[in-house]
Amino acid sequence: MRIGVVTFPGSLDDRDAQRAVREAGGEAVALWHGDSSFNNVDAVILPGGFSYGDYLRCGAISRFAPVMTDVIEKAKSGLPVLGICNGFQILCESHLLPGALTRNKDLHFICKDQELEILNNKTLWTSDYQAGQHITIPLKNGEGSFQCDDETLNMLESEGRIVARYVGENPNGSRNLIAGITNERGNIVGLMPHPEHAIEDLCGPGTDGLGFFNSILKAMVK
Amino acid sequence: MAKIIVEVMLKPEILDPQGQAVASALPRLGFNFAKSVRQGKRFEIEVDGEPSMDAINKAAEVLLSNPVIENYTVRVEK
Repeated sequence: MRIGVVTFPGSLDDRDAQRAVREAGGEAVALWHGDSSFNNVDAVILPGGFSYGDYLRCGAISRFAPVMTDVIEKAKSGLPVLGICNGFQILCESHLLPGALTRNKDLHFICKDQELEILNNKTLWTSDYQAGQHITIPLKNGEGSFQCDDETLNMLESEGRIVARYVGENPNGSRNLIAGITNERGNIVGLMPHPEHAIEDLCGPGTDGLGFFNSILKAMVK
Repeated sequence: MAKIIVEVMLKPEILDPQGQAVASALPRLGFNFAKSVRQGKRFEIEVDGEPSMDAINKAAEVLLSNPVIENYTVRVEK
């Protein structure tokens, strides 16, 4: 199973995402932002970082990177895509997911271990978890506040498209404590916290993040 | 040569923590006039000749603003 990880100029967590794919038993394929197309990958991860310096708005310029044309097209026809942190911002800027990520409510960059509740375990990226399961993975971002209009929020809630919610105090001002969402089909997931930093006991808060990578590998074997 | 001004503001219903921080800093410095503050972005784009307003509006919508959370205005300064 080959999972592509896109490296943009300014990506930070591409190597960690590749490592998480390998740890889960998959083959990580490095994709480059300047590639006009790609083939032979079964899923794509847009990693965290500060792509293109996050100039203008987070993810606003990356959305127009050559590789994104293919990512957007393939995602619309069912290719599994996981956007983590900056990747989530890119998915929103690409309109593959609704809403947008804005400055944390207290304006500080947050870096801490965060408890989440997995709400939707029907997506290709979360099937390894139980619905209602609590996990702890790192949250590290300056613009992680999920915002959308009331209509979109009601749609996400009523259609069960909120993948994960923050547990406890709202860390960044996200509406309804939203940490991650999915599209209607469940192949695209955007997540603000970082599962790829919680895949080994040696470092990070544990191995709770591995489930995202196990989920997609199991989904592709089926 | 004309200058195009594009101003981008967060929609009124979107939380603006930067504006709020400015609003709380003003009275600390003795400026007691502000009821609220919203912070936005202003782009000054110089062009040769007559700009196509269609193209400018398109650029404002596609790149300069995110219509999910922001509104924009466009005007031309001669």
